[in-house]
Amino acid sequence: MKCQQCEKPATFHITELTGEKPHELHLCEQCAQSYLTQNPSGGMPIQPSLAGMLHHQLKVADTAKELAKLDEQVCPICGISFFEFRNQGRLGCPHDYTCFGSELDPLIVNIHGDTQHAGKNPKHHQQSSQDQTRLIQLHNDMKTAVEKEDYERASQIRDEIRKIEEGQS
Amino acid sequence: MRGSGPESDIVISSRIRLARNLAEFPFIRRCTPEDRQSIEKMVHGRLQAIPGFKTLYYLRVDELAHVDRQFLTERQLISREHAEAEGARSVAIDNDERLSVMINEEDHLRIQVMKSGLDLHSAWQQINEVDDQIESKLSYAFHERLGYLTACPTNVGTGMRVSVMLHLPALVITNQIEKVFRSLQKINLAVRGLYGEGSQAMGDFYQISNQITLGKSEEELIDQVSGVVPMIIEYERKARDFLITQNREDLHDKISRAYGILCTAQTISSEETMHLLSSVRMGVNLGLIDDLAISDINKLFVETQPAHLQKLRGNELDTAGRNIERALYLRRYLQDRGKEHRDERN
Ligand SMILES: [Zn+2]
Ligand SMILES: [Zn+2]
Repeated sequence: MKCQQCEKPATFHITELTGEKPHELHLCEQCAQSYLTQNPSGGMPIQPSLAGMLHHQLKVADTAKELAKLDEQVCPICGISFFEFRNQGRLGCPHDYTCFGSELDPLIVNIHGDTQHAGKNPKHHQQSSQDQTRLIQLHNDMKTAVEKEDYERASQIRDEIRKIEEGQS
Repeated sequence: MRGSGPESDIVISSRIRLARNLAEFPFIRRCTPEDRQSIEKMVHGRLQAIPGFKTLYYLRVDELAHVDRQFLTERQLISREHAEAEGARSVAIDNDERLSVMINEEDHLRIQVMKSGLDLHSAWQQINEVDDQIESKLSYAFHERLGYLTACPTNVGTGMRVSVMLHLPALVITNQIEKVFRSLQKINLAVRGLYGEGSQAMGDFYQISNQITLGKSEEELIDQVSGVVPMIIEYERKARDFLITQNREDLHDKISRAYGILCTAQTISSEETMHLLSSVRMGVNLGLIDDLAISDINKLFVETQPAHLQKLRGNELDTAGRNIERALYLRRYLQDRGKEHRDERN
């Protein structure tokens, strides 16, 4: 679904309840942010505005120059830049939580009021974050090996993946 | 939903959704088309290896016709986003349509369990087991401190969204609905209206769900939602009592007219149908209409939606065609039910 005000994907679904009858708006994060600031009492965000929160948080914390530098940060695993995340509100891979951690943690506190998981944990396959990152890398290597028709390397990688998945690393 | 289950006069359904991602792939937005294919194939294969999953049926959503994708959306088995997305993606659905597992939605897996009425605790019991079974076959992206990692930081932690769908016509008529919503927002619960085609409001249905997913256990999040529902039910019942004692004739008239239009209309929009069905639903609950059951109304809500009508008719219909088909369907259904009830009484 596209944003009603521009071409970007609509990630915000706002239910407006102050008029005669409720109506729904489908907006991208940026348009939602400007809509909500224009209609502070009426707007009813379904989820906190990520872009808005980040914007606010970064403005307080950093100068324009620092912000530009931040935006250029790129995740070595999936290649997403901080700017892209800021713009789309979606992360590229599990490792982003680590590599953008210093910016993400305050955002997570804003959204959830906490940074410590208190729910269930996986019972099997409990791997460290490093192992998980390693798995994404290995899958990437595997793709390259298969493309190059280097099947010996591919089978080595497959064994390594299996080892990590079975928790023997 | 069948119109059964606890508090089903007001609570339509309870739903729990878990967002899960595989450890070894980037999140969906960052996946190549080949990645999406591999994920679909791998998850599908591993799910089929789970003993209890043998009876699920699997659909490749990207290979379905538009009307079939819309049909699944109308039955709440897939999200609108999943229907409209691109690339390899699928859904596994159990026989009674209570459990569905979307593969390659915004997250690699979106597991969902739905129950009639207010039944979050049994929904949790089921989805927790399903999640454990899936997790025995796949390794999830999990962080020691942050919990289950999701594409959007608003879902991180438990990855869980708990929601209940409520029918609140009397709170709408008595203009108290906003007051209720504002108090829910103060305790971090989100409220949204239920919408049909386009962005038109649909018959006084509202969904309440948790906004926070991190820092609280699944049970705490469920308790928070299921804790406020009885209060809202009580407000709604009080508002209904008020309407009945203040102005029984007016209310009865409004509901009877709504029923009359549904029984006789020759062409009717989806919006008007929802609106009138909402009145009739309340009428059945209040004993003002006695030849229909709540399960009938719930069925009509689902089956008068665009893709359902087109599947019933067996061909594509434009808006005008759908409006005629909808009116025909309603007339037949309601006349049959009315007749059955009269026969039972005689
Ligand atoms: Zn926009
Ligand atoms: Zn990344």
